Amino acid sequence: MTTTADAPVRGDARSRAPGCRARSRRLLFLLALLALVAAAALASIAVGTRSLAPDEVWRALFDDDPTSEAAVIVQQLRVPRTVLGLMVGAALGMAGALMQGHTRNPLGDPGLLGVTAGASLAVVLAIAYLGVTSASTYVWFAFAGALAGTVLVYTIGSAGRGGATPITLALAGAALSALLYAMVRAVVVSDTQTLDSFRFWQVGALAGRGSEIAWQVGPFIALGAVLALANAPALNLLGLGEDVARGLGQRIWLARAVGLAAITLLCGAATAACGPIAFVGLVVPHVVRALTGPDHRWLVPCSALLGAALLLVADVLGRVLARPGELQVGIVLALVGAPFFIALVRRRRTTAL
Amino acid sequence: MSAVLERPVGGPRGRTTVRIGPASAVLRWRQVVVPLAGLVVLVLVSALSIGRGDYPIGIPDVLRTLAGLGEGPQNFIVLQLRAPRVIVGLLVGLALGVAGALFQTFARNPLASPDTLGITVGASVGAVAALVLTGGGSVGALLGGFGVQLAALFGALVTGLLLFLLAWRDGIDGYRLVLVGIALWSVGGALVDWLLTNAQVYDAAAAYVWITGSLNARTWDQAVPLALALAVLVPLSLATGRALGVLQFGDDTARGLGLRLPMAQAAVVLLAVALTAVAVSAAGPITFVALVVPQVAVRLTGGSRPPLLASGLLGAVLVVSADLVTRTLLPEALPVGILTAVIGAPYLLWLLVRGRRRSTL
Repeated sequence: MTTTADAPVRGDARSRAPGCRARSRRLLFLLALLALVAAAALASIAVGTRSLAPDEVWRALFDDDPTSEAAVIVQQLRVPRTVLGLMVGAALGMAGALMQGHTRNPLGDPGLLGVTAGASLAVVLAIAYLGVTSASTYVWFAFAGALAGTVLVYTIGSAGRGGATPITLALAGAALSALLYAMVRAVVVSDTQTLDSFRFWQVGALAGRGSEIAWQVGPFIALGAVLALANAPALNLLGLGEDVARGLGQRIWLARAVGLAAITLLCGAATAACGPIAFVGLVVPHVVRALTGPDHRWLVPCSALLGAALLLVADVLGRVLARPGELQVGIVLALVGAPFFIALVRRRRTTAL
Repeated sequence: MSAVLERPVGGPRGRTTVRIGPASAVLRWRQVVVPLAGLVVLVLVSALSIGRGDYPIGIPDVLRTLAGLGEGPQNFIVLQLRAPRVIVGLLVGLALGVAGALFQTFARNPLASPDTLGITVGASVGAVAALVLTGGGSVGALLGGFGVQLAALFGALVTGLLLFLLAWRDGIDGYRLVLVGIALWSVGGALVDWLLTNAQVYDAAAAYVWITGSLNARTWDQAVPLALALAVLVPLSLATGRALGVLQFGDDTARGLGLRLPMAQAAVVLLAVALTAVAVSAAGPITFVALVVPQVAVRLTGGSRPPLLASGLLGAVLVVSADLVTRTLLPEALPVGILTAVIGAPYLLWLLVRGRRRSTL
């Protein structure tokens, strides 16, 4: 009991210290994340199949000369790709955080609520029956499919007597996804030509997506991000259980509806732009939660930053590792992210949801 | 647990206490009736499935032939041509149902299944690598059957072992198991996608059929090893039922009740991995069985966790009937894995919509 002897002197400081320390740690983490995103974006602009020196890249960025090869590469290929990667990564990170918060399930992943499955089915049908072949046309089908998938899952998940509980939502999502994927497979298995186009969409890649796609999905991601940030405080209350949240004055259906709209917009747009990218939404929130704690007001924005950084780093790695070709970002993410994620899971007691 | 609270003392319906001397047990009728009904349906559907084809045979004749009382051509058709396929389907469904129930109970998570934990994906990596890297054409076709099957078994076992080792840290926490599992799942999925993009398109098509799960051209060569493996694994799994019941209360309580925790956890996980591996290597990762069947079974029996035996039997019913539908009702032969999802998913959805179950599993 020697510690109580000097308690009057330091007790005050101690009682305040944890909160302050937590906040300054979070701020530090936020700054580190911002630096990481900036570094990743720079690397993504500077590195590619065609090797350009840093000063060449710098000049090419502001070069108006349409005949300069470096300017064309940097301005028309690398910058749009980087911007798209930032948007998609941020969208997936936020969507994952929201999804895990709403379903209160560590397996919560954009793929879970029927988003990816709906998008995949729409794309496959578009390829097989409408003869669609270009990535910029896939976007609208994928988006419509994602929207339809989510609405269906939510309708079914909330049709039971208990309303939309996390558990019915998760199960309805898994069941419906399996059903939709079964239809995807039914088409692909009997039509080799469709398989040939679909397998390249399915891996998830940033390559070959121009600025056109960034403009197409950008507004949806922006709207989704606003909704997601607005939803964060409500998620903190929902985490206490629906009864407590209701008792504290939270309108449950409103919070769920806003969350769902955000998830649909974010995942739908991201999947539409790049194809299904699995790992970001799943892993990023777990990593962030281990560092910031479970407060969604920090978790959601930090997940956006880390998601953007992670996607870009993976994309750059894919370009460096497989020179002169490249490895699709979805594959690099899984190969690099998974060992890191497992190490994290093993090292600390993962914060339960 | 809610059942106990809803129906306090004074004769709860649907259960009877059996006392024999000092020992007593609670008998829940639905937990007896559902497996029995499942068994009856399984026998009927299997017989129906064996009977259907270019040369139709009635159910009584099929049963008689299976019992060894058939004659000439019927004997050949039933025992050599049609029974192996149906039996492989039945055994695969059984194994996947039990494995799913083991995983879901152990992790206390309805989404934990061999599919989401990466074991079936590990098998897919093995099989797709074998199909794609050995190249298509005659060599691939010759190696076909066994090479792919062994590669799948190898892939599943390696992934399962990795899952076990990486999740192990003074015992296995269900939560950690799930998280490590999805990491392995995503690596496996990425590898499969990558192999598919690098393959010749016809190899990719063959690989796609395999990763959907198919019972085409299965013979006794697949059925016999599978049956032998299950003869060992299924009774062992059923024997863990008691430990699973105790594990449900959480690690501390389980330890307090005298369970040797690490032993029990290792047994449950390794059994589930082995069941999945043998099933998947025989028929490919028939999707959705391990995920949906335990959830259906627990809703039918009304217990507090997915029942092992009922899950196994219902899994077998699902796979065999899905196979029956693909062979008879559909215009073109789709892999059975598509139908298990098409049949199973709406049923689970219907149960969700109707059910009043609000527990966590």
